[in-house]
Amino acid sequence: MSTERYLPLARPVVGVSGKTGTWRIERPVINYSKCIKCGLCWLYCPDNVIEIVEGSAEYVKIDYDYCKGCGICSNVCPTKAISMVPEG
Amino acid sequence: MIKPLTGNYAAAWGARLARVGVVSAYPITPQTTIVEKLAEFIERGEMDARIIRVESEHSALSAAWGAALGGVRAFTATASHGLLYMHEMLWWAAGSRIPLVMAVVTRTIGPPWNIWTDHSDIMGQRDTGWLIMMSEHNQEVLDSIIQMFKISEDPKVFLPGIVGLDGFILSHTTEPVDIPDQDVVDRFLPERRQPYILKPGDPLIMGNIPSDLRDNVKMRWDIHRSQERAKGVIRDVDREWAKLTGRSYGGLVERYRCDNAKYHIIGMGAWVGDMKEAVDILRDMGYGIGLVKVRYVRPFPGEEIAETLASSKGVIVFDRSVSPGSAGPLYLDVLSHAYIHGVRVPIQNVLAGIAGIDVGYDDIIGGVTMFINALEEGRWPLPSKIQWYFGGGEWWP
Repeated sequence: MSTERYLPLARPVVGVSGKTGTWRIERPVINYSKCIKCGLCWLYCPDNVIEIVEGSAEYVKIDYDYCKGCGICSNVCPTKAISMVPEG
Repeated sequence: MIKPLTGNYAAAWGARLARVGVVSAYPITPQTTIVEKLAEFIERGEMDARIIRVESEHSALSAAWGAALGGVRAFTATASHGLLYMHEMLWWAAGSRIPLVMAVVTRTIGPPWNIWTDHSDIMGQRDTGWLIMMSEHNQEVLDSIIQMFKISEDPKVFLPGIVGLDGFILSHTTEPVDIPDQDVVDRFLPERRQPYILKPGDPLIMGNIPSDLRDNVKMRWDIHRSQERAKGVIRDVDREWAKLTGRSYGGLVERYRCDNAKYHIIGMGAWVGDMKEAVDILRDMGYGIGLVKVRYVRPFPGEEIAETLASSKGVIVFDRSVSPGSAGPLYLDVLSHAYIHGVRVPIQNVLAGIAGIDVGYDDIIGGVTMFINALEEGRWPLPSKIQWYFGGGEWWP
């Protein structure tokens, strides 16, 4: 009999469910001239696909491979710097 | 130190002596005074622990389990509808293989609303993977909480455990209880062990969708195998506790006056005390009868019971709950394991004490003599192998 223990454990890795960005019907597009670098979009993103790039003019960067286009970032942005654009 | 303690205070003392670090619970009759007493210990600075107050039992177990996942010895307590509300989280806790201990103060399930004891709540948790035991008296409650931490945290087991005690009969009844010294418990209970710890900076996913369903089956198989291995751990822990305190409960079962017994009573919980009294009186009346007290429902002591019943001429199993459409759950387990081990003996089920109906030693004597007389006069089976008892000598098939 095996002495191995069977535990329901896994390590988190990027993209275990495939390229979920293909689910998107609207794409969040950032107007950096309106961005005040508050970081709310980064904080609220439920999929953790928004990255803060310190010192860059493009302060936040969206990973479109995994962004599902839920629009929460656009909704919370206090300066309306993120618009939802239909995918082509 | 011998002190008068209710069953609930005995449970709280057990958690305190086990050096529990987190207590999370939601009040429900007849459990509430366990966590009230723990809150008092913590408030007085006698216990180094945190209390997490929650809005429901589902959250109470979730929070205790979360603390345990984080590496802390955690404890919760509930009863009846509260336990049912927790039911989903019992599966998560067992499936995660994280050691944890909970006291269940057994109580009837509604409708109608009823606060008195029966075993419907605790018996409804048999398939979750938790270790489940029932206590006969308040001393056994205190000792079993401490023992359950040791069993639960044994690497051969790594499963959470329930210590059951009958509502009011134990929970609110005062008995003299020997409270062991802290250093005795410290010698008995090692540092906490668990299969993994969830901690910041080391991300780990527990319970994600399996990529191969066979892995899922293997996890379930591993829980079953660990329950089987727990039998040996339970017996060892009982012997070790006996060496330190002089108190042994027999591990999974206690056999009472089973030497040369022709017939056997099987029961579980507080009314086993009444059953022992019934056995003494029946022995004086000339009946060759013994008692098997079931301490552990999970893992179920199939081997011990089959071994005892191998020489029996008749067995009567008292159940304090029923699975409608089948029979009493304790009876079903006894029947199955007797059959698995090749034991063929008449086994009668008595469904009694349900909804908190008071059952005394005289009621037990009535049921047992009716069964034995029917057997000896060739009238068994009685109208039914599963009989209901309503108290006051009223029997229905």
